[in-house]
Amino acid sequence: MATTWADLLDVGDRELDPAASAPAGEEEPQRRGFFRRLRESLATSREALGAELSASLFETLDAETWERLEEALIMADVGARTTADVVGRLEAEVEAGRVEGAEAVRARLVELLADLAAGDGNTRVDLRPRPAVVLIVGVNGTGKTTTVGKLAWHLSREAGLSVMVAAADTYRAAAVEQLGTWAERAGCDIVKAETGQDAGSVVFDALAAAKARGTDVVLVDTAGRLHNRADLMEELAKVNRVIRKQIDAGPSETLIVVDSTTGQNGLRQAKVFSEAVDVSGVALTKLDGTAKGGIALAIAGELGIPVKLIGVGEGIEDLRPFDAQEFSAALLGE
Amino acid sequence: MFDQLSERLQGTMSDLRSRGKLSESDVDKAMREIRLALLEADVNFKVTKQFVAAVREKAIGEGVLESLDPGQMVVKVVNEQLAELMGGSGRELIFASKGPTVILMAGLQGSGKTTATAKLALSLKNEGKGVGVAACDTQRPAAVEQLERLGGQAGVTVFSQGTERSPVDIAEWALGQARAQELDVLIVDTAGRLHVDAELMDELVQIKKRTRPHDVLLVVDAMTGQDAVNVAEQFAEATEFDGVVMTKLDGDARGGAALSVKAVTGKPILYASTGEKLDQLEKFHPDRMAQRILGMGDVLSLIEKAEKEMDASEAEELERKMRQDQFTLDDFLKQLKQIRKMGPLSSVLGMMPGMGKAMKELKNANLDDRELDRLEAIILSMTAEERANPDVIRGSRRRRIAAGSGTNVQAVKQLTKQFDQMRKMMRAMASGRMPNPEAMLQGQLTRGRRR
Repeated sequence: MATTWADLLDVGDRELDPAASAPAGEEEPQRRGFFRRLRESLATSREALGAELSASLFETLDAETWERLEEALIMADVGARTTADVVGRLEAEVEAGRVEGAEAVRARLVELLADLAAGDGNTRVDLRPRPAVVLIVGVNGTGKTTTVGKLAWHLSREAGLSVMVAAADTYRAAAVEQLGTWAERAGCDIVKAETGQDAGSVVFDALAAAKARGTDVVLVDTAGRLHNRADLMEELAKVNRVIRKQIDAGPSETLIVVDSTTGQNGLRQAKVFSEAVDVSGVALTKLDGTAKGGIALAIAGELGIPVKLIGVGEGIEDLRPFDAQEFSAALLGE
Repeated sequence: MFDQLSERLQGTMSDLRSRGKLSESDVDKAMREIRLALLEADVNFKVTKQFVAAVREKAIGEGVLESLDPGQMVVKVVNEQLAELMGGSGRELIFASKGPTVILMAGLQGSGKTTATAKLALSLKNEGKGVGVAACDTQRPAAVEQLERLGGQAGVTVFSQGTERSPVDIAEWALGQARAQELDVLIVDTAGRLHVDAELMDELVQIKKRTRPHDVLLVVDAMTGQDAVNVAEQFAEATEFDGVVMTKLDGDARGGAALSVKAVTGKPILYASTGEKLDQLEKFHPDRMAQRILGMGDVLSLIEKAEKEMDASEAEELERKMRQDQFTLDDFLKQLKQIRKMGPLSSVLGMMPGMGKAMKELKNANLDDRELDRLEAIILSMTAEERANPDVIRGSRRRRIAAGSGTNVQAVKQLTKQFDQMRKMMRAMASGRMPNPEAMLQGQLTRGRRR
């Protein structure tokens, strides 16, 4: 059950461009094969890591099996607590005789992980209001601007939606120019201000323009901020309030961008950002490296925030709907 | 989530101690706690394994089982072992005897290379060197503009040629320019690249070949998880980097990546980036990082920060007064102002050991810098006599001060009471007994909140 853009995007009663739901088009096999291609290209470096689970791991089930499994999950940044939780449940089910045989155990494990990754919330991206506002937040350097650029392209190119990006990262030098380049590539509108200008006023202007033009989606790129900076988190909450001034319901999606190389601090990030703005999903970036992004599982498991998007490369097309099954299998090195 | 290793260890060990003599399996239990603490701090799994084995051996060798306070003893061993692993004596940057010293910056996307480049440039410029930076990130949109702007802010020469030429050519050209302008240092900023991207890694090798850098620095995000070792190993193989710049250390990540990188490559961490401003780059202190990983606070950084901000003679005067018990509310006011110069209260307190729990209280109590505003207002509403001798403050004076500062009688009462406690603490410190800071602070906080 691969997730397509049509599966991911909830546009209400608007018509989606057929490209988004094309199940067997060019997009599909390419996307399906992504993790496999990735694994092949990484085979050598992965071997050296030695953290892969061998195919025969579940043939004999003993203490060592569980230990090896724990090891693999911890190496994938899933975190000690979530790892203990998942392994404990699997072990209990095996001991109770509910799961038998290597194949079944492995399948059950993938299922447990996939369940976890789905979190508690809506796993689709809600774009029903017009304009639908998607607020993009996260710490520095996770790939917010790049994600906004790619998402703008996918929404307009594949779903046929009219998109505007709001360059509300008014702090980092040249962040606005960076988003400008992406907007050009995506062929979408951009509302920007000068570096140092108030982020809130940019967002206000963007939403006013979007309402006037009848734009479908406004993607708001915000400045990277460390979650332990209370003042900057307050600024973010203010951006949220500004959005509510223009659109009563506020953003229909608030996505936190998490770098897949992030360790256990990712959990803190998601938690603190959720306190400032209502985070509805995770965009997990840079999955094309050797990091497996297990922190996303911890975030989904402990905070209930589902992963919705994954970034798998530097190209504009390298953003994909998250597929829990596929991700979980990749996590185990399948 | 995970908090203080020392607390947990103390807990485990004292539990055990009440049952009599410690056994080896008790030690194993302590080792499990350490293992968990390190994993939660993102220390690489394999590094953790080796580390715990080493600690176990050392701990048993040092007679933890027989010691009076085994918990404390284990913490000590862990701390020593960590500091040893992290540091040894770090290497400094190597500067060329003549001609520009070339420093090549490398790392993953988003680790903070461009910002680190500008910060390092500013830091070296402040040491009196002529510094240039080369904008060789032609990959990320507007990366060149970013460096041009940051370089401009730092007041160093920026060599950029847009994004059309190859980064290898730009680097070589920039080196020629730096030579012609007789600069002392050229820092080459490069595009972020994945360690598994053979093509881009090769490009980095080419830049290295053409510019023959004296130092290759790997920029590593302090929030990196288990993958840090893979990244470091691959970059080490391709570029044989000489040292590491840890970025985003102003976050609350424990930074286990630092330990992992050091352990697998043996390369020292030279700099730590601790904020978004250009002057927030510091020399790296391995021992402090060890304490941070363990959640033991960073008292040395705090002292250094205080030293930087405090007027030395004023500090001496304060110290003398504290020791001789002549500390007045006026001095307290001065001190308040000093503390505020060091930054927001939360970040200052975060650096103090044993404040982990107190920090949470702080968050709950939402004690922020506005509290300090109120304290200042109250003191400023007192007469000189009252400030020198708060004991004279009784009913009507209290009412006057409350009205004058826009607070209430309770607030004034609390302040004088807190001040009294502070004096007691100082007396204790002067006599060499350090009271438990957390207990003291917590006591103050719960009182301080009531209005």
